[in-house]
Amino acid sequence: MLKKRIIPCLDIMEGRTVKGVNFGDLRDAGDPVELAEKYVEQRADELVFLDITSTIEQHGLLTGLVRKIAARINLPFTVGGGISTLGDVGDLLNAGADKVTINSSAVRNPGLITDIAGHFGSQCLVLAIDAKFVNNEWLVFIDGGRTATELKAVGWAERAEKSGAGEILLTSMDADGTRSGFSLAITREIAARVNIPVIASGGAGTMEHFREVFSRTGCSGALAAGIFHYGEIAIPELKRYLKLKGINVRV
Amino acid sequence: MIAILKYSAGNVESVSNALTRLGYESKITDDPGELMAADKVIIPGVGEAGSAMKYLRDKKLDGVIVALKQPVLGICLGLQLLCSYSDEGAVKCLDVFDAHVKKFPPFDKVPHMGWNSFTALKGALFRGIKADDDVYYVHSYYAGITDFTTAICDYVLPFSAAMHKGNFYGVQFHPEKSADAGNLILKNFLEL
Repeated sequence: MLKKRIIPCLDIMEGRTVKGVNFGDLRDAGDPVELAEKYVEQRADELVFLDITSTIEQHGLLTGLVRKIAARINLPFTVGGGISTLGDVGDLLNAGADKVTINSSAVRNPGLITDIAGHFGSQCLVLAIDAKFVNNEWLVFIDGGRTATELKAVGWAERAEKSGAGEILLTSMDADGTRSGFSLAITREIAARVNIPVIASGGAGTMEHFREVFSRTGCSGALAAGIFHYGEIAIPELKRYLKLKGINVRV
Repeated sequence: MIAILKYSAGNVESVSNALTRLGYESKITDDPGELMAADKVIIPGVGEAGSAMKYLRDKKLDGVIVALKQPVLGICLGLQLLCSYSDEGAVKCLDVFDAHVKKFPPFDKVPHMGWNSFTALKGALFRGIKADDDVYYVHSYYAGITDFTTAICDYVLPFSAAMHKGNFYGVQFHPEKSADAGNLILKNFLEL
């Protein structure tokens, strides 16, 4: 049986792992390659690395980091941040990333989804959606949460699937950093509307929150950062707990 | 020397990284002489069947591969290319395994992506692998169960997680991305 995935996310800034709260205030959380190796030992199912400062100058830096990670770990991993061209995607995949994730660039240029899927296959393309509940609607935000768009999260997810995205990484900006649980309603709705895997992100604070998102929505995986980096929840313990509660995980 | 087939497939480096971690030297190549001289050949696999077969035919590698005598391991798309026909790109493949590669019907999320187990394990590749070990899959197309099937995975329907015929081996999952279980399967292949 296909297992639900537990995915630690490493936000990268100038080569270090950092953790923010509600898309703001950053704290240092260590060397990304060392953290990645720790997560492999703990039997994380997959890793995500997001370069939150990436600019054109730093693109080479990210590729170098991806190469180091790929040489050291034998888990699938996704890389994102500042990807806006087919060339960027090719560089990161060639450096050893299994998947790339795009967000702002896909909103500005939806054709990019089709192009990436056509050149490299849907399996390597994760569409990230940062969503916020505004005036009774879940809207898509871009530029690391700084810019609002008029896109509705559900419609955008459906369109992305049709264009060739292989997976959706859905972050609730309202829940992110609050540790009060995943945003269940929007996760449930998007997972029900698309036939590609949806990863829930934002709001994980307790082991119960993971059980909740897996039992009450159709998401395929759950992503978290801070609670794993600072050791507040240990992944082996989380997985034993989930298994006990009847959630299918790899222990 | 282990030869890793170079063709229009992405992420070939993952396989060479995995071999390096296991202490094996490898070379990524599409040179027929190097492929024939290698101790073992791995056909890695992230890509699209139609364009992959076109690359192999253009380079006249299709005939070279099927004539190889040393152990050959096809991974993911690599396994599918060793089958007779793929619906992905509607293309005739290498025809080592008599199997028709089809797309998963949309009764569940496609691609089949993530960790899944397998059953009915047979043969040297799975020495030391336990029934509850999981491996990492990411694919939208599958080969059904055949006489050559040596492991079965169930997602939407039962399909071949692994196949074996003579010196040819194929695995639908990615051992190079499957942590300890994957390392052991790769090691078993390298020690054949």
